[in-house]
Amino acid sequence: MMKQMTCIICPRGCSLTVNTDDMTVTGNTCPKGKQYATLECTHPVRTVTSTIKLANRDGMVSVKTKDPVAKADIFDVMRQIRAASAEAPIKIGDVLLADVAGTDIIATKNVE
Amino acid sequence: MPEFDIVVVGGGPAGMAAAVAAYDRGVTNIAVLDREEALGGILKQCIHNGFGLHKLGRELTGPEYAAVYEEQVINRGITVFYETMVTAVSKEKIVTAQNASGVLKFKAKAVVLAMGCRERSRGALNISGTRPAGVYSAGTAQKLMNCEGFAVGKRAVILGSGDIGLIMARRLSLEGAKVEAVCEIMPYSGGLTRNIVQCLEDYGIPLYLSTTVAEIHGRERVEGVTIAKVDENRRVIEETKQYIPCDTLLLSVGLIPENELTRGAGIPIDSVTNGAVVDEHRQTAVPGIFACGNVLQVHDLVDYVSDEAEIAGIGAADFVLQQSQTAANLPTKAGFGVRYVLPQRVSQDTSKDLDLFLRVTQPFGKVRFTVRSGDTVLATAVRLKAAPGEMEKLTIKNAALSQATDALTVELEELA
Repeated sequence: MMKQMTCIICPRGCSLTVNTDDMTVTGNTCPKGKQYATLECTHPVRTVTSTIKLANRDGMVSVKTKDPVAKADIFDVMRQIRAASAEAPIKIGDVLLADVAGTDIIATKNVE
Repeated sequence: MPEFDIVVVGGGPAGMAAAVAAYDRGVTNIAVLDREEALGGILKQCIHNGFGLHKLGRELTGPEYAAVYEEQVINRGITVFYETMVTAVSKEKIVTAQNASGVLKFKAKAVVLAMGCRERSRGALNISGTRPAGVYSAGTAQKLMNCEGFAVGKRAVILGSGDIGLIMARRLSLEGAKVEAVCEIMPYSGGLTRNIVQCLEDYGIPLYLSTTVAEIHGRERVEGVTIAKVDENRRVIEETKQYIPCDTLLLSVGLIPENELTRGAGIPIDSVTNGAVVDEHRQTAVPGIFACGNVLQVHDLVDYVSDEAEIAGIGAADFVLQQSQTAANLPTKAGFGVRYVLPQRVSQDTSKDLDLFLRVTQPFGKVRFTVRSGDTVLATAVRLKAAPGEMEKLTIKNAALSQATDALTVELEELA
């Protein structure tokens, strides 16, 4: 079966065609596009970004999944992120929530 | 009056990159003035990923991308004035600003304008109906959610399919709100295709093209909106009206470069880009005043903002160092299928290649861009597709540039 998709790896947004019988990819202009198309047909993943509330400061700290998670796990990841809180000081890359859907939730902002 | 070699107005991605590039060019007496309490500008609220692939070779979120440049500014010891609002820039390069300590005046040898842009608001759209709470510009909602931790609503309709609207559709969905629809008045989306895929399709949110919000309902809070199809003149088709119950309407209906200071300095503005008319150094018609980033032209990628700001920063530094420049006497022109070309005038400086940036007028399939000067073809480039939401870059090799005799016209032709 031929499957059409738009690559989301970079803003170029190549139009990809995947033959799901032999997993050949056409339309990609870089190796990442082929990788994306293959993964998208077998095990689609996304990086989830959100915020965690600060226990000892006003406002929020922005976070992301360290590695992309399975698309099916996105809302479970969000549920855990929403329930969490974090203590400043925080540095970019600090693990704020470990072992969520096979990866960690890390800070994307420095908070003094 | 305190003196700086370069004053940079705005500490967002453009201001930071311009200051760093100018410093690295050899001008170290630089001040960056920003109205907020931290550097980073709008990147601070753009917590999603997708930044930096082109410029830094890795995929970052907005705050992470900002932190990379913030560190470079701080490490160089560049002076930063926080919570300082610039109120005037003069042709003589006197910069007037205001902060908690009062009115400040600085004398600069060169100024880089990097004020960014603001959102078009409901008032610009003439949507009829009541004026309840729950109508936000998409960027305001983004700041409320991502920086301050407020949920803006439970059931939303988004008008406008620009990237901020698409990103907010996903953000609301992730936080448990239901996004009923994204309506776009044009027959095509203004956002990047990848955002339609990962922000709408991933979450099952419908995108209605040639559709607008005709009326807003509700007294205290939004209770619903009436959406309707529009004809080719963007007039509402009455019989297509449809009521959608919702408590929130987000507007993602365009960005306006914030050029009040630019106009105040008497700098000519391009009526298409709504930014200053500049040469290839991003120098405006006033010598020594430069512009870059979204105040010059609204970008879709921050990576290109950083690139443009580096050009302006180097230009400002060279101006201070009194490097001689070739006069920019060749205008650029937008031909068939091209909405605008930036820079608007260029010199025949053949020491390096020249990059032209442009947007197309409507979505096209496979196209060939041609840059001509008189009858001479200076450059061609083929693209598999072109869309108004995606800025194009064309490079003219320096050898070709030396053959230019007249205005550079960029046009496209559709290929089968």
